[in-house]
Amino acid sequence: MNQSLIDYTLHLADNSLILGQRNSEWCGHGPVLEQDIAITNISLDLIGQARHFYQYAASLIGNGATEDSLAYLRKEREFKNCLLVEQPNVDWAQTILRQFFFSQYQHLLLQELQNSKDEQLAAIAEKSLKEVTYHLRWSSEWVIRLGDGTEESHQRMLNAIDELWRYTGEIFEPVSYERQSANEKIGVDVSKLKEPWENKVKDVFTEATLLFPVKTFMQTGGKEGKHTENLGYILTELQYMQRAYPGCEW
Amino acid sequence: MKNYIRKFYYGDIPEEKGGFHNTPLGDGGKQSDWPLWEVFIRSKQGLDHKHVGSLHATDAQMAIENARDVYTRRMEGVSIWVVESKYIHASRPEEAAELFEPAEDKIYRHPTFYQLPDEVNQM
Repeated sequence: MNQSLIDYTLHLADNSLILGQRNSEWCGHGPVLEQDIAITNISLDLIGQARHFYQYAASLIGNGATEDSLAYLRKEREFKNCLLVEQPNVDWAQTILRQFFFSQYQHLLLQELQNSKDEQLAAIAEKSLKEVTYHLRWSSEWVIRLGDGTEESHQRMLNAIDELWRYTGEIFEPVSYERQSANEKIGVDVSKLKEPWENKVKDVFTEATLLFPVKTFMQTGGKEGKHTENLGYILTELQYMQRAYPGCEW
Repeated sequence: MKNYIRKFYYGDIPEEKGGFHNTPLGDGGKQSDWPLWEVFIRSKQGLDHKHVGSLHATDAQMAIENARDVYTRRMEGVSIWVVESKYIHASRPEEAAELFEPAEDKIYRHPTFYQLPDEVNQM
């Protein structure tokens, strides 16, 4: 049993699940009907990706594990998502910026992951990449629209950058299972994605008349199970049914 | 402003931070001050674009993306056209009589007197 492959697959799954869950909080609350549908579509794409990764992880783990047990019955410390995706929605600007940062990372990651020696991961990457290409396009345009929009929308983007920037560093600092998977040519060396990611973000920020942030302290820990307090609240809602009524189906 | 739609947020979206929580409803019941666009979808290659509905968007790019999300979620299309509704000119319903009724008794204009081979589709 390849523990680092399991952890790596769970890390990819948790990223998508938690961001999908976050975005789904907008369902019925979007600023206009069309954007409500757009953000919840992205939610569904992300949860779909998470399912593929969980199903694969469950097959590696065996022992009766299923995609559901992995999503609904693991504890906070067992989740390996990065801190960025668990941050609150706050407002449309922060939701958009979080999606943009993540989609830009995912877009680079999945292109590489398509060449993974692990056929299953490569196949999931190839399928997800088409969705992510659209998420990236959609969120980039919104960053530009808000950044180069009104005084208020510009200010909201600045607030969002202030709030979220500190969670972007962690993504590109590999933890042990990422290093191990990258060495085995299964996973992607995320440290190599940092520069292209920053360049792409700079391009969009320039067009959005937003300044690229200066170097600052970066929060880490999410990928190893040390989360901000937000994750507990997300899991409380996400896992409620299975915790209250174990094995419940409908 | 007489009317407001009040949107309520839950969880971690405090109301004062909600993006557009006081959208003016106005007298016409207009939900957004973004322009209206008409959407046309071609369901497969070789067919015509068909009108499927309308939506709000700030520009053509956003209109196409909104149309993709609103009207092609169930694989309805392979191509999207959008046009701002204000550029569509329509015939007036009260002129229907002189516009359309004269065609009513001219059955010879229908191509119903030909036998179509089975292989010809989409007629």
